[in-house]
Amino acid sequence: MKKTTAFAALAFGLASTSAFAQTELQWWHAMTGANNDVVNRLADEFNKTQNEYKVVPTFKGFYADTLNAGIAAFRAGNAPHILQVFEVGTATMMGARGAVKPVYQMMQESGEKLDPKAYLPTITGYYSTAKGEMLSFPFNSSSMVMWANRDELKKAGVADTPKTWPELFDAAKKLQAAGHQSCGFSSAWTTWAMIEQFSAWHNVPLASKANGLEGFDTELKFNSPLHVKHLETLVNLQKDKTFDYAGRDSKNEARFTSGECAIFFNSSGFYGNVKANAKFDWTAAPMPYYPDVKDAPQNSIIGGASLWVMGGKKADEYKGVAKFFAFLSDTDRQVRLHQESGYLPITKAAYEKTRASGFYEKNPVLEVPLKELTNKEPTENSRGLRLGNMVQMRDVWSEEIEAALAGQKTAKAALDAAVERGNQMLRQFERTVRTQ
Amino acid sequence: MQKRSIFGGRLLPYALLAPQLAVTLVFFYWPASQAVWQSFLLEDAFGLGSDFVWFENYQALLSQPDYYQSAVVTLLFSLAVALLSLGVALLLASQADKSLRGATTYRTLLIWPYAVAPAVAGVLWIFIFQPSLGIIGQALRRNGVDWNPLLNAHHAMLLIVLAASWKQISYNFLFFLAGLQSIPKSVIEAAAIDGARPARRFWTIVFPLLSPTIFFLIVVNIVYVFFETLGIIDTMTGGGPGKATQTLVYKAFADGRLGGDLGGSAAQSVILMIIVIALTAVQFRYVERRVTY
Repeated sequence: MKKTTAFAALAFGLASTSAFAQTELQWWHAMTGANNDVVNRLADEFNKTQNEYKVVPTFKGFYADTLNAGIAAFRAGNAPHILQVFEVGTATMMGARGAVKPVYQMMQESGEKLDPKAYLPTITGYYSTAKGEMLSFPFNSSSMVMWANRDELKKAGVADTPKTWPELFDAAKKLQAAGHQSCGFSSAWTTWAMIEQFSAWHNVPLASKANGLEGFDTELKFNSPLHVKHLETLVNLQKDKTFDYAGRDSKNEARFTSGECAIFFNSSGFYGNVKANAKFDWTAAPMPYYPDVKDAPQNSIIGGASLWVMGGKKADEYKGVAKFFAFLSDTDRQVRLHQESGYLPITKAAYEKTRASGFYEKNPVLEVPLKELTNKEPTENSRGLRLGNMVQMRDVWSEEIEAALAGQKTAKAALDAAVERGNQMLRQFERTVRTQ
Repeated sequence: MQKRSIFGGRLLPYALLAPQLAVTLVFFYWPASQAVWQSFLLEDAFGLGSDFVWFENYQALLSQPDYYQSAVVTLLFSLAVALLSLGVALLLASQADKSLRGATTYRTLLIWPYAVAPAVAGVLWIFIFQPSLGIIGQALRRNGVDWNPLLNAHHAMLLIVLAASWKQISYNFLFFLAGLQSIPKSVIEAAAIDGARPARRFWTIVFPLLSPTIFFLIVVNIVYVFFETLGIIDTMTGGGPGKATQTLVYKAFADGRLGGDLGGSAAQSVILMIIVIALTAVQFRYVERRVTY
């Protein structure tokens, strides 16, 4: 017993002396399971390449918890250096001008190279100012894809995965006739799929001011005839479960892996889960589009999270963070990260290198989100979203969509209400940003 | 007078009270006063700047139709949970009060669900009732019930009522059992000799004598439904479908934590605080009257 204590004390003494010489950089993140290992390994590798700085990753709960932990810590005066924030928290972070250190500024001051053109524009666009200055550092990115159960499609007599919405509706009806009564097709993250991605993919505005990228005085626009038509169709299909609602988040994603729903919209980050659990021939395909919409398909937008650098730290610490970001951008490291974890590569070079190596011929599913993101040069409607209060706003939109699907409101009335209530929240956010 | 002479000075009684007072001050009065102060501010999530806006947060809140809808939902939810959990607990307690073989085992088992955290209870129930994967959910669908808590407001409400009641039954059971055991056996036996059947004995003797316990439990249950069911709602329905299961406390949580609207959320907390103070005051008056009569 005594020996162990003495040994522990010795170990502690050693640990504290080695930490004394180094500058510790706190990194709060929200990665679980295999992704948690990735985070720890990255920190470990970085710590081994040099001995001036030590990156210390800490798991802080799911995305919303991590953001809240970061906010609370900032208010208490001990924010971490690096905070992982999901894409819908972007406006919240941007609005907090005094609380964050813009990444482009930090890189410049620390003398680290940062060429915005080296990164995939659909990814960095989400996290950059209108002038193209990177505010946060993209870490894990994904997009929405259509997951398909090829065994069941074949049984139902559908030869190809559907490419357009009409083809998809047709396939869903055939699937139902072939035994999938409770679910022709379904979707996780309903608002992300049916409003946010849908708008970008069809090159129609979700909100004014380039979906909020060009100012907080943005107004929602997703009650257009195209949006209403799409929701109306879904409402009609819900009646006999050709489309069956699967909730606001991804809690019910097992409906795909269990075989119940043979077509299911979900994040490309679903890859690991499908690979581990689906006992059938599966694939992922790009989201469908309406062929009568002129510019469709345009390009999809990203999901996932980026790393924000918190404000009020010492110059020396920022130097360490800058070094760490440069380390993360390294092409070979990005290539490996992408191929092992299924995250999208953030630099063009890493994408090219993976493609040239023939990786996608063996793993075509991993290229689907990249093809969607780079399908066309992004427009005002497809660069990304930046809406304040977005986390709660998604709930408000979901409430209205649920009311329509349950038959309590027409699709038009539901979308009008979603837009109106969302606009109120945007104005509230604008007011709080202005108090700073 | 006598008490004062025991201490002989003022310092000692205050010193003895200090720890309890400190706990109350730090963990109740301080956060409560913070909430009141916050409810008059308009502030961003990071606390970088704030404006004193007087009653604007309250005005905004009370002009929202959503808020009244949440109040109605809360009322229905608390009534349903109180009735169901009290009714079932009373039934179970009156049965467990009989001399049965293994009565202690039943009692212990019945108390267990109280140890389950609300969020965990929510997850358990949602698994069982998941329409396409859960055991009961699947069974319902096979038997022609279009079970769909994701879109059907009544189904969602039923689900959270069941989960919330299930958790509270144990607590009520304990109090009812204690209440039943404190009723003098001689009174009941006398009634039995006079020829009153069990049902009559229950309604004319046991039930009236239990009424203080029942009233106490009603208040406690309502407070439970108001505040502690947050975890259940969060894991099971997230307030949906629509706003069908959004209670007042869930709305305060959603606006403050998910929406970053701290002022509005604080205003809601203050209103909730007033409701609970009122409930407690009523309870104390009533219980006091029962004691002195």
